[in-house]
Amino acid sequence: MAQVLQVQNASLTLGERAIWSNLNFEIAPGEFVAVIGANGSGKSMLLKSILGQQRLSSGHIQFLGRPVGHGNTEIGYVPQHRAVDSGLPLRVIDAVRFGLDGHSYGVPLPSATKRKLAHQALESVDAAELATKPVGSLSGGEMQRVRVAQALISHPKLILADEPLSALDLHHQQVVSSLIAERRQEGTSVMFVTHDVNPVMDYVDRVLYLAQGKYSIGTPDEVLRSEVLSELYGAEIDVVRNQGRIVVLGAHDHDHHSDEEWV
Amino acid sequence: MDWSLVFNFTDYDKLLPLVTNSLLAGALLALIGGLVGVFVMTRELSFAVHGIAELSFAGAAIFLLIGLDVVLGSVFGSIIAAAIIAFLGERAKDRNSIVAVLMPFGLGLGILALSLYPGRAANKFGLLTGQIVAVDDPKLTSMAIITLIVLVAMLFIWRPLSFSSLDPEVALARGVPTKLLGIVFVLLLGLAVAAAVQIVGALLVLALLVTPAAAALRLSSSQLWVPVLSVLFALIAMLGGTLLALGGTLPISPYVTTISFLIYIIARLIAFTRSRLEVRA
Repeated sequence: MAQVLQVQNASLTLGERAIWSNLNFEIAPGEFVAVIGANGSGKSMLLKSILGQQRLSSGHIQFLGRPVGHGNTEIGYVPQHRAVDSGLPLRVIDAVRFGLDGHSYGVPLPSATKRKLAHQALESVDAAELATKPVGSLSGGEMQRVRVAQALISHPKLILADEPLSALDLHHQQVVSSLIAERRQEGTSVMFVTHDVNPVMDYVDRVLYLAQGKYSIGTPDEVLRSEVLSELYGAEIDVVRNQGRIVVLGAHDHDHHSDEEWV
Repeated sequence: MDWSLVFNFTDYDKLLPLVTNSLLAGALLALIGGLVGVFVMTRELSFAVHGIAELSFAGAAIFLLIGLDVVLGSVFGSIIAAAIIAFLGERAKDRNSIVAVLMPFGLGLGILALSLYPGRAANKFGLLTGQIVAVDDPKLTSMAIITLIVLVAMLFIWRPLSFSSLDPEVALARGVPTKLLGIVFVLLLGLAVAAAVQIVGALLVLALLVTPAAAALRLSSSQLWVPVLSVLFALIAMLGGTLLALGGTLPISPYVTTISFLIYIIARLIAFTRSRLEVRA
């Protein structure tokens, strides 16, 4: 079966800094790839490149056999958590519906079918009760779930999720990650950016590890090993497995977690 | 003080037919002002409206001086200002400084042109503080054309523009040309400002392009009701202001701005009472 995504010799240099170079990988239909790496390793930039929003310095990215262009309705994108302007005259149900038709011109006329789909999408992220709330009134975690509903409603061929679990409590981390993982049965591929692989460990087919401008891709057992990561970082890295959890020691500087919000 | 200068309803039935054009123009203006205002609020462009208005005034004054059509001059000035703001002021911070630089320049240019203009003074300053005389047929036609363009274009871009106001990154990912839409919107805003300058004057356009939408946003967050209320409030202010001004000798703008302001105060009071009730319940 044809690959969903093909990344060929992709390099990105911003200013003097090589973010990553000569990335080569393909993603098959229904594959779940966790993208891991420290802050600044270019995880979000990779997603932006796949969306056609960040130009590569060299190389090619093809989605469904075509070079990536300016946006694509076959991709469901969950951006990194960011606050929404509180003054927006928009309710949650309308925001979710934008995942279906927000890109088409005209005025959003009432549609029972789209309304039903939007409600179902909200229910699937355990957010049915938010439907009539103004988007500006949501908490970070609530907004994150709404964004996931919005990205999934159109049944995209590829889901690009940038730290979708940040700002979520443990229960909703499980709801959201299993929901995204379920879509593999439809043949949907997933690129799941995360700084902690453990919440999605059960679903991960392959791991793409970005570090120091280099990368490693393969099954978790192939990549998440002390010698592989030590080679990537050029420093001593310990991968510890404890009761099914994987902890990478020495890879991240300790203070980078402090700027992440945990609710 | 003689209050009959402010409110005077003698011979009202005879005066009314004379302002049919003004009422029509006011209704058109309220329609686009109310709609455009919703996005002015959500995209934080209030200050830009003011900047565009001053350059619109300058354009109108210059065209008046050199004997060309005032509305056309107004549109000309508006579009130049809107284009500068749209292309250079993508970020709010840059935008504010650009507007602050443009505003006094436009105002000064306009005052220069007006001072050189040999015509009657009362008409001259109408461009700044609002018209006193009735809207003539050619002017009504220009206003109708502007309204039609703004209305059709606004309805066309409504949904993707809302989407990109909510979440520019996701909208872009789904193929919405967010930057282009932002520019198109500011240009449409320029046209709406040019129309507003004709009736309420450059200094007071905010009363139609911001206040009604601000009041509507206090009362609702529905994507249907906010624009509907905003247009309704703009209509009440515009038509009410024109009808009240009719008998007196004053320009319509103080009436329009006062009604607009009162609507905003009432909207705030309602929103405040509502939130108090919610807390109690």
